[in-house]
Amino acid sequence: MTEQPTATTTPTTTATPITPAGPRSAPGPLPGFAYAPAPESRDLAEIAPSYGLYIGGEFREAHNGKSFTTLDPSSEEPLSEVAYGGAEDVDAAVRAARDAFPAWAGLPGAERAKYLFRIARIIQERSRELAVLETRDNGKPIRESRDTDLPLVAAHFFYYAGWADKLAHAGFGTDPKPLGVAGQVIPWNFPLLMLAWKVAPALACGNTVVLKPAETTPLSALFFADICRQAGLPAGVVNIVTGDGTTGAHLVAHPGVDKIAFTGSTAVGKEIARTVAGTGKRLTLELGGKGANIVFDDAPLDQAVEGIVGGIFFNQGQVCCAGSRLLVQESVQEELLAALKRRLTTLRVGDPLDKNTDIGAINSAEQLARIASLTEAGEAEGAERWSVPCELPSDGYWFAPTLFTGVSQAHRIAQEEIFGPVLSVLTFRTPEEAVAKANNTPYGLSAGIWTEKGSRILWMADRLRAGVVWANTFNRFDPASPFGGYQESGFGREGGRHGLEAYLDVR
Amino acid sequence: MPQTASAFADVAASDAALRRFLHGLPGVDAVGLQARAAALATRSIKTTAKAYAIDLAISMVDLTTLEGADTAGKVRSLCAKGRVPDPADRSTPRVAAVCVYPDMVPVARQALAGTEIKVASVATAFPSGRAALPVRLADTRDAVAAGADEIDMVIDRGAFLSGRYLQVHDEIRAVKAECARPGGEPDAHLKVIFENGELATYDNIRRASWLAMLAGADFIKTSTGKVAVNATLPGTLLMLEAVRDFHAATGTRVGVKPAGGIRTTKDAIRYLVLVNETLGADWLSPDRFRFGASSLLNDLLMQRQKLSSGRYSGPDYVTVD
Repeated sequence: MTEQPTATTTPTTTATPITPAGPRSAPGPLPGFAYAPAPESRDLAEIAPSYGLYIGGEFREAHNGKSFTTLDPSSEEPLSEVAYGGAEDVDAAVRAARDAFPAWAGLPGAERAKYLFRIARIIQERSRELAVLETRDNGKPIRESRDTDLPLVAAHFFYYAGWADKLAHAGFGTDPKPLGVAGQVIPWNFPLLMLAWKVAPALACGNTVVLKPAETTPLSALFFADICRQAGLPAGVVNIVTGDGTTGAHLVAHPGVDKIAFTGSTAVGKEIARTVAGTGKRLTLELGGKGANIVFDDAPLDQAVEGIVGGIFFNQGQVCCAGSRLLVQESVQEELLAALKRRLTTLRVGDPLDKNTDIGAINSAEQLARIASLTEAGEAEGAERWSVPCELPSDGYWFAPTLFTGVSQAHRIAQEEIFGPVLSVLTFRTPEEAVAKANNTPYGLSAGIWTEKGSRILWMADRLRAGVVWANTFNRFDPASPFGGYQESGFGREGGRHGLEAYLDVR
Repeated sequence: MPQTASAFADVAASDAALRRFLHGLPGVDAVGLQARAAALATRSIKTTAKAYAIDLAISMVDLTTLEGADTAGKVRSLCAKGRVPDPADRSTPRVAAVCVYPDMVPVARQALAGTEIKVASVATAFPSGRAALPVRLADTRDAVAAGADEIDMVIDRGAFLSGRYLQVHDEIRAVKAECARPGGEPDAHLKVIFENGELATYDNIRRASWLAMLAGADFIKTSTGKVAVNATLPGTLLMLEAVRDFHAATGTRVGVKPAGGIRTTKDAIRYLVLVNETLGADWLSPDRFRFGASSLLNDLLMQRQKLSSGRYSGPDYVTVD
């Protein structure tokens, strides 16, 4: 297309300046179509002043009486005091899981399925409450927790409930056995969804679980504990031990655990691999990524722009499979970047509970500092920074959507995972070069291809070393589709039939 | 690089050139387009924003009656409704236009005398367009001569689908020429109806949008309201994007009119959100965006009453015309 829109001649650039969600003034003769604040009610999720550990079917204080505070990252307002699990607590949880294991594993699959279906239904019934809770503890927009996280959480439980009585037909032998006690350590970016990815297949296969949620987002796991009680799940089948990295380390090192599943950073993943090595414990790791979103000159342009935005600004970019590197064919670079910048100025940054918010808060001060330090490195190394001109709330942890142009493979922002709303733009000339650049990181979790040419999609997908390759879309998830990485992005697959393997004794 | 309108002068020089241009436009990914429209449909428009949107939507309505059974009485009654949509609340804005068949233009003209409400007339053998070109042009001429401010023409979908783009282009040009009024009177505005339901693919809708804009359309319009699939959110979003790109390339602002099947306030507000987030405030005006609808107006009025009184009334508290 020769008629390339540019930011300077397009009315939307000036007509819809980015503002915190809520009333905004628009220029022009009309008073403007300002969206009035549309906050979801925070009362939907009643948060107790304090929470204990969930061990053996009941909540209890930590053995040493310690606790920590969890915050609303959009306001830094304390939400609750949560028990801090130590070595004794981890031990108690593993014992409870061990005690519950024979009876749980001995149930017919159809009986286990009943519990999982019940959990899935309760999640659906309580989804508004859980969405509000997740948004408050994590900082993600309610639009995402309501329309993406919660539907997927329920879908995972429904999906694996369906497998529970069909394990003999899953391709892992005629009578596959569970492993025992699964120790699961999950991250803060999708607290409840990562719980579902781990807990649903583990239970379907007949394992019992000790789960350690992330330090900054423990609440939805504790609400899930309540759902387990509501569903009448036998005591000890699911145990939740809140705490920090030390708590997680205790769980990983505990001799009574048969399998470790971890989702989080590559650095911690390596540490876990070292701890587990030689113990006979099974291990699956879902680690970092530096996903390439590859746009060819024949791409459906408007949809590619949406895919790029969804790829890197979904959940503030705090997504392991984020499309954090945009590889654009040089011949359409200018046109695409103009369209992308124009689109980014319409993003609504602000109150995560407002139903019209597109971009919420960064999860923690620590993560915000990491994003800031890597973007500074990008500038120092000579890449050109562009951030959407927007007013950020004064309290809480916020980072304006940002993109870097003039990035080369040698820059840190092209190699290291930023885990924030920061896009690095690189260019390529030929499909071979696109593949070479896309593969040239220590990671290999995700990639996206944008082209109208079907044969090129297949040619590229064959050559990209990434666990998931999306064609003309990005960040689409489905419980039936396996997910996992190459190289430093980890090993093992979660989701789909493949996801059962990690929880069955098939070696 | 932005280019001026003259950069497109050669585009319609031949059938081959026009085909190359239209087929060189970026493709449309249907799943992605629909996902974007669905995401924008979740915008929550409340309180002051809703009140603003309702009044804006009322002022954008092309109040329409296009039936074989239309009579002068029916058209006069519709015009009265357009002038004073809610007799109980005189602060209600008037509609943008009343849209009728060409033979009813004189009646509407007379009934709307002294108001700023436009008279729009469908023409060119609406809705099928299946008549010889001279007949379609005569139809247009007749409506313009009778005083229509706006002409809603249909394209020859058969010609478009068989790839005779230049023919469609030249016919739009010819109809546009019939919209001219000599002697200083303002020309009739031309709205070009694609009948998206018959064009079937999103790629076709984008091509038709560019084709009509290149040929001089003042407005591009989704549909006649006479086929199974009429206005849809994704189809309209796509047309808004084409208008945005055409403006960026030429500086010309073309209007958009979804028509058919828009019946509720909720639907109307979703369309306004699409406009707001694709084209911005410049297009949030009856000069650039219209709703082709008949039953929509009463739902807008009921919602307006609800907002001002705090309670729902009912269909007997708005006039049926």
